[in-house]
Amino acid sequence: MEEFTTSQIHSTLPLEGERGGGLLGRRLYGNLIFELSKKGRKGYSLPQDYDRTHTTAELPAALRRTEAARLPECDELTVVRHYTNLSHNNFGVNDGFYPLGSCTMKYNPVINEEIAAMRAFAALHPLQPAETCQGALEVYYNLQQSLAELAGLSEFTLNPCAGAHGELTGLMVIRAYHEATAPSHRTKVLIPDSAHGTNPASAAVCGLEVVEVKSLPDGTVDVDHLRELLSEIGPQVAAMMMTNPNTLGIFEPRVLEITKMVHEAGGLMYYDGANLNALLGECRPGDMGFDVMHINLHKTFSTPHGGGGPGSGPVGVRKGLEQFLPTPRVVMENKEIGKGEAPASSNSLIFTISHSQSAPLSVGSFFGNFGVMLKAYAYILSLGREHVKQVGPLATLNANYIKERLRDDYLLPIQGLCKHEVVFDGLVDKSTGVTTMDVAKRLLDYGYHAPTIYFPLLFHESLMIEPTENESKETIDAFIDVMHRIAQEAKTDPELVKTAPHNTPIGRVDDVLAAKQPVTTYWKSVESR
Amino acid sequence: MNNNQTTRQPLPSLTGGVGGGSFKYFPHTSEDLQEMLQACGVSSVHDLFADVPEAARFQRDYNLPDALSETDLRLFFEQLTSPLATQQLICFAGAGCYDHYAPSVVQNLIERSEFLTSYTPYQAEISQGTLHYIFEYQSMIAELTGLDISNASMYDGATATAEAVMMAWSNAKKATRVLVSETLDPKVRRVVDTYAHFHGVPLQLIPAKDGALDRDALDRELSEGGVAGVIVQQPNYYGIVEDYTGVAEKVHEQKGIFVINANPSDLAILKTPGEWGADVAVGEGQSLGIPMTFGGPGVGFMACTEKLIRKMPGRIVGQTLDNRGQRCFVLTLQAREQHIRRQKATSNICSNQSLMALYVTIYLSLMGKEGLREVAEMSYAGAHTLCDKLIATGHFRLTFPDKPFFNEFCLDYDGDLDALLAEATECGYLAGVKVGEKTLMLAVTEQRTPEEIEELCEILNK
Repeated sequence: MEEFTTSQIHSTLPLEGERGGGLLGRRLYGNLIFELSKKGRKGYSLPQDYDRTHTTAELPAALRRTEAARLPECDELTVVRHYTNLSHNNFGVNDGFYPLGSCTMKYNPVINEEIAAMRAFAALHPLQPAETCQGALEVYYNLQQSLAELAGLSEFTLNPCAGAHGELTGLMVIRAYHEATAPSHRTKVLIPDSAHGTNPASAAVCGLEVVEVKSLPDGTVDVDHLRELLSEIGPQVAAMMMTNPNTLGIFEPRVLEITKMVHEAGGLMYYDGANLNALLGECRPGDMGFDVMHINLHKTFSTPHGGGGPGSGPVGVRKGLEQFLPTPRVVMENKEIGKGEAPASSNSLIFTISHSQSAPLSVGSFFGNFGVMLKAYAYILSLGREHVKQVGPLATLNANYIKERLRDDYLLPIQGLCKHEVVFDGLVDKSTGVTTMDVAKRLLDYGYHAPTIYFPLLFHESLMIEPTENESKETIDAFIDVMHRIAQEAKTDPELVKTAPHNTPIGRVDDVLAAKQPVTTYWKSVESR
Repeated sequence: MNNNQTTRQPLPSLTGGVGGGSFKYFPHTSEDLQEMLQACGVSSVHDLFADVPEAARFQRDYNLPDALSETDLRLFFEQLTSPLATQQLICFAGAGCYDHYAPSVVQNLIERSEFLTSYTPYQAEISQGTLHYIFEYQSMIAELTGLDISNASMYDGATATAEAVMMAWSNAKKATRVLVSETLDPKVRRVVDTYAHFHGVPLQLIPAKDGALDRDALDRELSEGGVAGVIVQQPNYYGIVEDYTGVAEKVHEQKGIFVINANPSDLAILKTPGEWGADVAVGEGQSLGIPMTFGGPGVGFMACTEKLIRKMPGRIVGQTLDNRGQRCFVLTLQAREQHIRRQKATSNICSNQSLMALYVTIYLSLMGKEGLREVAEMSYAGAHTLCDKLIATGHFRLTFPDKPFFNEFCLDYDGDLDALLAEATECGYLAGVKVGEKTLMLAVTEQRTPEEIEELCEILNK
């Protein structure tokens, strides 16, 4: 494309001396694909022997675009190198330890990718007749059932595409239930003040009004405050949303009392499955009194985060709420026939697609992210009954081990057991001026992803570490050593830490500049030069 | 599924039943466990759950199958994908999901673990790969739609449309409703209805006339005022390319926003939402070469005018500089988002379909300006050829005669449509989607060969 020029901004230049060429900087690459484009190149091949009787020139000019879209023109190798080099500027679970609290960055098994990419699944049209896709429907159905068993609930929908989408869907189910059973004015939702911002945001999208429940100094729900709220606004409460273990990684000790109180007030209990990994093998949300929940398959069930999706956020409900789930769902018609066998005729289908529900509720065009479901189901089958129950205990052991070994240098605000993650309130020694942000950025230099920082909001310098069950003692020990070393550096050379990272492809970025006059496309960036 | 419930095995005293080194995803040896438990001051992993009330403890084994070895896992899925269990049909169906070609490179590159196994790019210094491609993706979507700004992606076309409805509603000062065209895909409409119902947005359906939006009905509604937005589809659900001349002006007169749900693949040729005067474009990006995979994952997209940027839901990547003066990219305008604004956020969306946005970006880099046009020409030519041939059989006639269509169209059949479709399936063809008692909707992409088109016509000539 003639208007493209090679970048005038030399972000591709390697940096001098020790500040360049670190772990991720081995091949710096900063061009945009548009800057690699040259008129006349192409990266595809299509058959030429088709009937050209009709062309789009038949369409009235008023329906056609006036100028061709300025897409890049590149040969195949240029594209391959561009994106391969870009990948070198990224950091994934396969590159190193990823202790990102609340995100459950566990290993994403490779075999699951192989299964999800199987041609027969990839080529399935979602509106194919059920008799031609029994294999896919079997996976779908079995995953619904497996999740129900793991959650202690009755039925699941797999339609939602992410955790937040699941939350919203779950709240819709709750509202549909209230609308159908007792047309009332249950428009309020109780949310602990320690909750992640997604909870209140989902509630607002669902048309619910958020009422915050206070936390005690130890981060758990203030049950007395909850009681007060329920006595004031009980009849208006649609639900209470809870994460357990909570956002501090602490198991809510009075959870049974809480679910009972909310039920007595006529509200339902919503379980945010963000932290479900801690509980696999030890307890189930349904057994704690939760009525509706979502699960992040991309957290607890090992599917990759993909740099921000595609995820999957199945929603489960207890008995009595099934009819409020969104559709389509997959049901088993004939439970006598075994797995993997094709039906004798379409009259004896095993799995069918159901659109029946008592309130019209739909949250996506088709079935949800089926490709992600395949990976999660492969993971559940790989672990099986015997290994699923080890997940929570091992994840919890890893987190407690880190907690015990870091508490000398990092301030542990809440004593006692944690679950799958541990929250520190920055360095013990605050005199150096080194912040949690600095520690996080310095970790990047050492080849680690940063923990979650400045969340939960309960502390000023939150540093939230979640190791997952997949990390070995050696990996964790090495991480602990580096954390101690950074604490030492904060004392001996605080500037080094405050100006980190030094070994990454780029340094700290100017967020203010980005937001002041947003440049969000190549076209805008060309204009603004 | 194995439905036999088993009782819990006796547990070794020290590690509480969590044996070490016995499973490929768990690295803990018995020795590791002992040392770590000791450091934690407990004697069993179950002691780490001492704070869980007894009544909340799960005391039995899960009712799940036994673990499968990798060999058995492969066998299991091979069974499920055998032609008897999962049939690959030659696809002439569309209705929101299309069988397009994608160069082999695309799938190969998105599987690179640095992309696949990374988190949302909050740590910009080690996430430039993701941020960089999202910036490219946003540029391409903006270019295709003819609008200024694109976000980093949405779940799918349906939820993107529902988000646009909420965007219109929050943007309006004194509106009473949002108007939705009846020619919008009914599956999308169901999602829009669901979101609008709970979010409290009154919707008004504008009827169709001869397969296209009834412009007189739209004008009547608009003349009554109070419209926050108008939502239409292009090409519409029936494949018809509608003429939206003059709609934007009328919507803007009352400060409403005009939203077009577009098929991005067709935008190589068709007038862009920007050219129609739309304020927001949304849609499903699956048609940009993404495998159908039973309907997901695809990728929803959303683009808007500069004026609406702060109303936009989802993540947006912006260009900036680092402290070494290098051009780089970062998540920006986060004050719109849930993790900062909580219940006042523009939406609750967090994770979107980032990896599929990468898919689309690489696809568009390879296909480029010419490739996407070629795909559109081939699909258009194939669809019109098939349509001619089917009408020539004497059994079909156009459901909406004289309406221009792109690569999808509706025909009325003079016989038993269910029996006809069943017969096509027997022959290995997915002959389209039934959209009415007698009406069949067929889609053709560049993947369909002249021989397949010919053979389908023979099968349907009954």
